[in-house]
Amino acid sequence: MQIGSFDIATETLPGAAKAERCVVDFLGWLELAQAVAAADGHLVAIWGVDDRDRGRGFGVRVAYGLPEALLIAELPLASEPPVYPDLAATFPAADRMQRAMFDLLGLQPLGAEDDRAWLRHGAWPRDVYPLRRTTPVDTDHVMVPEVYPFVSVTGEGVHEIPVGPVHAGTIEPGHFRFSIIGERVLRLEEHLGYKHKGIEKRFEGLAIPDAARLAARVSGDSTVAYGWAFAMAVEAALDHRVRERAAWLRALALERERVANHLGDLGFIGNDAGLGFALAQFSRLRENWLRSNAALFGHRLAMDFVVPGGVAGDMEDQVERDMRLQARDVEVEVLHLRSLLDDHAGLQDRLRRCGVVTPELARRLGLTGLAGRASGVARDLRVQSPTAPYDRIGPRLCGATDGDVAARAAVRFDEIVESLHLIQRLLDTLPPREESTPLPDAKGHRFGVGRVEGWRGEVLVALELDEGAVRRVHPHDPSWQNWPVLEHAILGNIVPDFPLINKSFNLSYAGVDL
Amino acid sequence: MIRILRQVARAGLVTEAPPDPDEALRGVREQLEKEVLRSFAGALAIRHVDAGSCNGCELEIHACSNPYYNLEGLGIRFVASPRHADLLLVTGPVSKHMEEALRRTYDATPDPKLVVAIGDCGCTGGVFGENYASRGRVSNVIPVDVAVPGCPPTPHAIMQGILTAITRAP
Ligand code: SF4
Repeated sequence: MQIGSFDIATETLPGAAKAERCVVDFLGWLELAQAVAAADGHLVAIWGVDDRDRGRGFGVRVAYGLPEALLIAELPLASEPPVYPDLAATFPAADRMQRAMFDLLGLQPLGAEDDRAWLRHGAWPRDVYPLRRTTPVDTDHVMVPEVYPFVSVTGEGVHEIPVGPVHAGTIEPGHFRFSIIGERVLRLEEHLGYKHKGIEKRFEGLAIPDAARLAARVSGDSTVAYGWAFAMAVEAALDHRVRERAAWLRALALERERVANHLGDLGFIGNDAGLGFALAQFSRLRENWLRSNAALFGHRLAMDFVVPGGVAGDMEDQVERDMRLQARDVEVEVLHLRSLLDDHAGLQDRLRRCGVVTPELARRLGLTGLAGRASGVARDLRVQSPTAPYDRIGPRLCGATDGDVAARAAVRFDEIVESLHLIQRLLDTLPPREESTPLPDAKGHRFGVGRVEGWRGEVLVALELDEGAVRRVHPHDPSWQNWPVLEHAILGNIVPDFPLINKSFNLSYAGVDL
Repeated sequence: MIRILRQVARAGLVTEAPPDPDEALRGVREQLEKEVLRSFAGALAIRHVDAGSCNGCELEIHACSNPYYNLEGLGIRFVASPRHADLLLVTGPVSKHMEEALRRTYDATPDPKLVVAIGDCGCTGGVFGENYASRGRVSNVIPVDVAVPGCPPTPHAIMQGILTAITRAP
C-alpha cells in the first residue's frame, strides 16, 4: 500500500469493509503514523491484545482511515515491560485510548505526556490489568476511590465548578470540571469512565450469538450500527457473504436509527435553547417512528435485528408500503418544522456562534462523524468507502463549515432528509427474498473487522475468534475522538450554554467507558 | 410565533392515543394519575440515576415525557436533586465506579423513598452481569421496590413500574 511517499507491504483482509493489514516494528509504528497524518488519513482506533498464550507477547493495534481502505497496523511487543511509541503527539485523539489501554492491559506508551489513569477509578489496583488473559473475569477487588488530578487553572477570580457524575437530567454519568471567570469558561476538563463495566473482558469466550447481543449494547442509541459492525466483523473472519436482501434490511434499520436519533436530538437542542415547542414536536415524530420500528423490526430500537449471517426477520409487503408513506410524511413535517425553527430569531440567536469548532481545529484534533461534518470534515463512510447497499444507492454527503450548534443542528436536518430519501431508494431496489445460508464453522484463529457509519460517526469492531468462540473484541465509538474536542468547543462560552453545546454533540458515555 | 401556534394546533393533542394498542396505556395513565393524587398530593418527584446502562433505557425514560405518554401531565416530574425526590429510577447494572454515587443518592433521598430498577440490567445485571467492574443488579447495592424487565422496557412498562411502586407506598 502506498501512503503518500511511504510504501508498506500489506495483506488484504476478507470482508465487506475494505481493509488492509500490516505488521510494523517500533520505528515503523511511528513512521506509519506520520505518513498517515501527512496523507490526510485519520486515526480510527487503538487497542491492545495479550497473545502470550499463543506463544507471542502483547501487541498494540491501530486502525487508520485512508481513502483507499482501512489500514490496520500491528506492533508486537515484548512481554515485559510492554512499551510502544506514543501516537498522541501525532494524533491527539490517541491520548485517552492509550490511557485506557494502560489501565486494562498495562501497555505503556513511551513518551506520552499524560499518564493519568483514565478508565480505572480505583475499582481495581494499579498493578492489576483486567484485560490480560491471565486475570480472571470475576476477580473482585475492593473499590479504593482515587482522586483524579484535574489540571487546575490559577489566577485572580478564577474558580472551579465540579459537575457530576450524576447529572441533573436523564443523561449518562460523567464528571465535568469547569474553571471559570465570571460566567466565561476558561477550561473544561472531562473525567469519564464511571460506567466502565468490563465489556471487553466480558466478550472473552462468548459464543458468537451472545457476543452479538453484547455488541448491540455497547451504546444503546447506536445499537444497529454496533450490531452491524459486529456482524460484519464475524462475516469477515469467516469469509462469509450475506444475502443481498439482508444487507438492504440492515441499511433500512441503520437509516431509521439515524433518523430516530436526529429527531430526538433536534428536540432536545430546541429545548435546551428554551423552545419547549421543538421538544414536543420532535419527540412526537420520534415516538411515531419508534412505534413503526416495533412493527418492522420487532423492537422499538431495532436491537438484535442485525445478527451475524443476516437479519432476525423480514418485512411484510404491507409494512414496506407503510414505511414509504411514513418516510414521505416525516419529510414534509421535518421540513416544515425546520422552516419554523430557522425563522425563530430567539432560537437562532442561541444556536449561532455557540460552541464553535473551526474546521482547522476539527482537523487538528481529529473531530469525526456528524460533528466533524458540521466543521468541514467532509467524511462519511457511506459515501467514501461504501459497503453494500450504499455503493448502489448513492448517498449524499451532508456538511457545513460553521462548526457551531446551529451547524450541528443543520447537518442533522439535512441528514434526516437524506436518510428518508435513502429509505425510499432502498425500498425501490430491495432484492427478493432468498433462503439464508448458515454461517460456516470457524476453525483455528480468525480475525475480522467491521466498520459502519452510525448516526454519530464511524463505529468499528475488531474481532478475533478462536475455534469458533470469541477471543477478543474491541468495539470503538466515535465519541472517543469527539469528547476531547468538546472541551475546546466550550471555551469562551458561558457555563449556562454548556448543556446546549453538549447536546449538540450528544456523545456516548457508555460507548467509551466500556 | 403565529406559525408556531398554528403548528401546535395542527399537531393537536396526541396524548389520547388511538384505542389500539394504547387501551392498556390509557388504563395505566388513569391509574397513575389517581395514585399520584391519592398518595403524593398530585405531585410525584422522580430522580433518575444511570448507574452504568448502555443508554438504551434512558431513551425510553425520555420517551415517557413525549406527548403520547405525557408523564408530566400526570403530575410526575423528574427532579434534579435526590433531596426533592420521592422515587429513584435506576438504570443499568451498577458499575463499581458508580456504586458510591448511587448509594449517596439513595441516602440523600428523604424517607419514605421508593426505588424502581429499570431494565434487564437493573433487574439481573443483564448481558453485563457481575465482574471486576460491575456489581450487577441494582438490588445488590440498594434496596429495590419494583424491578421492570425489558431491554429496554417500553415507556408503557416503565410507567407501569412506577405505578406498581407507588401503589405499594404507605
Ligand atoms: S436493560 Fe438493555 S437497554 Fe437497558 S441498559 Fe441494559 S442493555 Fe441497555
